[in-house]
Amino acid sequence: MSENNLLSPNSAPHSDVEEIKRRSNYLRGSLEETLKDPLTGSIPEDDNRLMKHHGSYMQDDRDLRNERAKQKLEPAYQFMLRVRAAGGVVTPEQWLMMDRVAKKYSSGTIRLTTRQSFQLHGVLKWNLKNTIREVNESMLSTLAACGDVNRNVMCNPNPHQSEIHSEVYDWASKVSDHLDPRSRAYHEIWLDGEKIVDSRDGEEQEPIYGHVYLPRKFKIGIAVPPNNDVDVFSQDLGLIAIVEDGQLKGFNVSVGGGMGMTHGDPKTYPQVSKVIGFCTPEQMIDVAEKTVTIQRDYGDRSVRKHARFKYTIDDRGLDWFKKELTARLGWELAEARPYHFDHNGDRYGWVKGSNGKWHFTLFIQNGRVKDEEGYPLMTGLREIAKVHTGDFRLTPNQSLIIANVAKQHKKKIEALIKEYNLTDGNHYSALRRNSMACVALPTCGLAMAESERYLPSLMDKIDPILAENGLQDEEIIIRMTGCPNGCARPALAELSFIGKAPGKYNMYLGGGFAGQRLNKLYKENIGEAEILENLKQLFAHYAKERNIGEHFGDFTVRAGYVPEVLDGQQFHA
Amino acid sequence: MELQVTNSPFNQEQAELLNRLLPTLTDNQRIWLGGYIAASLGTATAATAAPASAPLAVLTENAPVISKEVTVLFGSQTGNSDRLAKKLTKKLEENGFQVTVSAMGSYKSNNLKKVENLLIVVSTQGEGEPPDNAIPFYEFLHSKRAPKLDTLRYSVLALGDTSYEFFCQTGKDFDKRLEELGGKQLTPRVDCDVDFDEAAAEWMNQVLGALSEGSSAQAAGAVSQLATSTEVESEYSRTNPFRAEVLENLNLNGRGSDRETRHVELSLEGSNLQYEPGDSLGVYPENHPRLVDELIEALGWNADELVPAGKNGEERTLREALLRYYEITVLTKPLLTQVAELTSNPELMNLLSAGHEAELRTYLAEHDLLDLVQDFNLKGVSSRALTALLRKIPARLYSIASSLKANPDEVHLTVRTVRYETHGRERYGVCSVQLAERVEAGDTLPVFIQNNPNFKLPESSDTPIIMIGPGTGVAPFRAFLGEREETGAEGKTWLFYGDQHFSTDFLYQVEWQRWLKEGVLTRMDVAFSRDTDQKVYVQHRMLEKSKELYQWLQEGAAVYVCGDEKKMAHDVHAALAAILEQEGGLSPEEASDYLTQMQQQKRYQRDVY
Repeated sequence: MSENNLLSPNSAPHSDVEEIKRRSNYLRGSLEETLKDPLTGSIPEDDNRLMKHHGSYMQDDRDLRNERAKQKLEPAYQFMLRVRAAGGVVTPEQWLMMDRVAKKYSSGTIRLTTRQSFQLHGVLKWNLKNTIREVNESMLSTLAACGDVNRNVMCNPNPHQSEIHSEVYDWASKVSDHLDPRSRAYHEIWLDGEKIVDSRDGEEQEPIYGHVYLPRKFKIGIAVPPNNDVDVFSQDLGLIAIVEDGQLKGFNVSVGGGMGMTHGDPKTYPQVSKVIGFCTPEQMIDVAEKTVTIQRDYGDRSVRKHARFKYTIDDRGLDWFKKELTARLGWELAEARPYHFDHNGDRYGWVKGSNGKWHFTLFIQNGRVKDEEGYPLMTGLREIAKVHTGDFRLTPNQSLIIANVAKQHKKKIEALIKEYNLTDGNHYSALRRNSMACVALPTCGLAMAESERYLPSLMDKIDPILAENGLQDEEIIIRMTGCPNGCARPALAELSFIGKAPGKYNMYLGGGFAGQRLNKLYKENIGEAEILENLKQLFAHYAKERNIGEHFGDFTVRAGYVPEVLDGQQFHA
Repeated sequence: MELQVTNSPFNQEQAELLNRLLPTLTDNQRIWLGGYIAASLGTATAATAAPASAPLAVLTENAPVISKEVTVLFGSQTGNSDRLAKKLTKKLEENGFQVTVSAMGSYKSNNLKKVENLLIVVSTQGEGEPPDNAIPFYEFLHSKRAPKLDTLRYSVLALGDTSYEFFCQTGKDFDKRLEELGGKQLTPRVDCDVDFDEAAAEWMNQVLGALSEGSSAQAAGAVSQLATSTEVESEYSRTNPFRAEVLENLNLNGRGSDRETRHVELSLEGSNLQYEPGDSLGVYPENHPRLVDELIEALGWNADELVPAGKNGEERTLREALLRYYEITVLTKPLLTQVAELTSNPELMNLLSAGHEAELRTYLAEHDLLDLVQDFNLKGVSSRALTALLRKIPARLYSIASSLKANPDEVHLTVRTVRYETHGRERYGVCSVQLAERVEAGDTLPVFIQNNPNFKLPESSDTPIIMIGPGTGVAPFRAFLGEREETGAEGKTWLFYGDQHFSTDFLYQVEWQRWLKEGVLTRMDVAFSRDTDQKVYVQHRMLEKSKELYQWLQEGAAVYVCGDEKKMAHDVHAALAAILEQEGGLSPEEASDYLTQMQQQKRYQRDVY
């Protein structure tokens, strides 16, 4: 059990990042000056740590790293900027703003993330301030999109149950606002906010986070059964909406999930959260706040790889947590209510909501919004945003819903979808429609292998194997990441690939179709040829011997390819 | 000889040590040791940056009285006039003349009226202007304060380039003005084109002959025990270039840049060539093979036919001659005139006739030999007749981008590739495109060192320096900082740099960053003109920092400007004047005088092109 937390007097030395946060004067550091230094496109590492809390961090184009070093040029430093919107809901005006700043200040494309946020890549240091200002003028924000704070709150975009979505989304926004950092640093640095000499300290300035913020990132997601698209069990704090008789009764509370791990370090593992009880919607904000403060006080601040909430829970036990939570709340959670998930993917195409409005879910491969030859996705979405009167919803699987289309506008939107060749993905294999990949190379500093740039071409080679076995319409969840940090939630896929080295991946099998079960390492460090060879054999076997309605993940467990993993502590076992 | 305190510069202990050592040495060892000591002395004198003329002055003071005195004044921008003046001085002294040699910039003009024999070696810049350090003397001579020079005999050697409209204009101006002031030509002025060695030698012989006539200078043959140079003289020179191996050749501009700048590292190993920061490297380029082939075809010539191409008339194939010997990319008025005479082409004659000066100027500026051949239908002209009219391909001079101390046996260049399209054809900078397209590591290039005494670090390593070098103008400052780092100099340094884009055009970015971090570079300001809505250039950054910059000037900082002459150097000069006015409260005239004084004190030096 770790004793390196804020409350322990005998803790081991805290990590460097803790010290940086402590000295930062509530996330200011020396950002003001280093952002202005005209001789480098970079900022010092200490400031970069703080930058994350402002929604951005420094990267460099890794494709150009060696070339530029020879040319006596510094790396092509650039910034990733994450723009968050609770539940992924944005207005057409906000979409047009993102489109504009992407063209003007970034590499010109937009990425939709696995947490219903936007990502811009390739923003130069000199353009950060204008970009962030324009984002804020449009009532979106980058604050706390990264960093040791609560991240973007996810919420099922639910095109079916309009009233339930509206209510759940409302609670998602409330909890998101409640957990926003309160430091004025963001306004001072980016929005030319007045510098106020603030005599309040610690708890007054950041009543929830305090002056060193959390030991690590913290994630909240709200699912509405039967759809588990937010992968509620991957969240630090998962909330499962309980709807009875068409009414939102409250949320089941699930704690201690998380995806990240480190290759070769079995003390790190992906974990699924555990349901511990039920609260009413009105109680939910308090539950979230107290959970965050428990992690703030007990999370490991000396080893960042061990600092996520899942380790705090696993080290101390669920009972300890429930007791601590009850103590802080002053009341006890009710018993969890029954619920049932049947999938964690998106459903594409037109759906009529219970409010009579129409919703179209577009398939967007790996969330990448750009114009391609014959597929001008970015232009098409811009044209739709110009006339659309409803809203847009970013899905947890990197796709996009054109939501709340009034009946009289449906034809117009349909025509634009056709004109720009936008797609519900129907002509793709079901596997591709259920795919996710993280950004990885060339911008992500953590990537060990390709992901977003590679998965589509790998899929081109997998598709014929599926077709050969008559599996092209079989929904199989496939995910790829360039490193084991888990941005595309790979540990919950039925089939996943985690990068180890250029062209080499670990292959995992056996995740649950509804995101309820972790997968397990099947083959280590294999290249494309081996991947395809394994899949040939697996798909042939699955096509021949699956039970009726049996999902691929369940089959690989039943057929003995991998054992069932219901707890992260068995992931490496 | 036994060394003693009385007959040698050594102290007792040193003399004893040497006396013990010397008798034991073999002949080979003695020779080796002599060279070794001479070589180390050479480096040592370079480090102190003593004015090159100092030893000569000492010598002439102690020399026996000579009946004939000669003053040699030179105005030099890139060092050619300087070098020729020194050569002339040596020649005169060998023949018993007492010579006062001086750069025009440091000559006390009041002494002029006492001078009987004046020899001037001067080059011409851009639009017919004198070299920077000759301007005060030039202006003095052309002012009302200029003395009567009735007893003066003089001669002028003018350096220039016939591809410029105002060819040798400064030399012509001096010639004319000295005559107006009462002087008599000793020998006629000689105007030299870029390949000046032979013409200059001839002028020197004429001058020497004229001076010797009727003078009693023959007596003093003994005087010329010129200090045998302590440097190991390189056998390589402008006329005998060293074939330097290319060690590295890469593009400094990042992907996506509109520009291409080659960083070329050459090996000087085995050449004994020495240089100091601020010097230039001459490179003899080759013409573009495509252009040569097109030219041969346009003329209907046979590539394998032999033509004279060489100092002594040795023959080479036409293709070889056009590739390596003749200049084909620059047109000059003399060339057009001769071609007109050769061909009697009426249109060409018309272009050269009075009243078409502006048209001719434009034609010369924008066209090359292939255009001439095509535009005036010269197909069929004899290859021997036409090549006889061509100039020898001149060397290209580049400010050296390395410190020899920091990079022993190496010399680095920073060369921007020149490519543009005009009159329906892509045009290439001869040398820059050769470097960009046809030179790789392992190849060799014919090179020589061109000393530039007018662009040198201050004598004291404590003197602060302000360096202004946008684009490839930053090259010599890489040499300056390399040198200051290597010698542990403590003077403050400030660099102003600019180009189009930060991301791709920040030449040597990581090196400046390192020097800043380590304190070799005290501060740096940059201006990237295309990254902002309004174009910003180095002079804007200077004006933004006018207070600090003025403070540095007050502390005695020396200012160096390198790069484009027409726009940048002019704007930077204006910015310096504005800073002096604004921060120092000087009037425009005072500011201008201040800058002139700085130039005379060598506190304001320019290497512009």
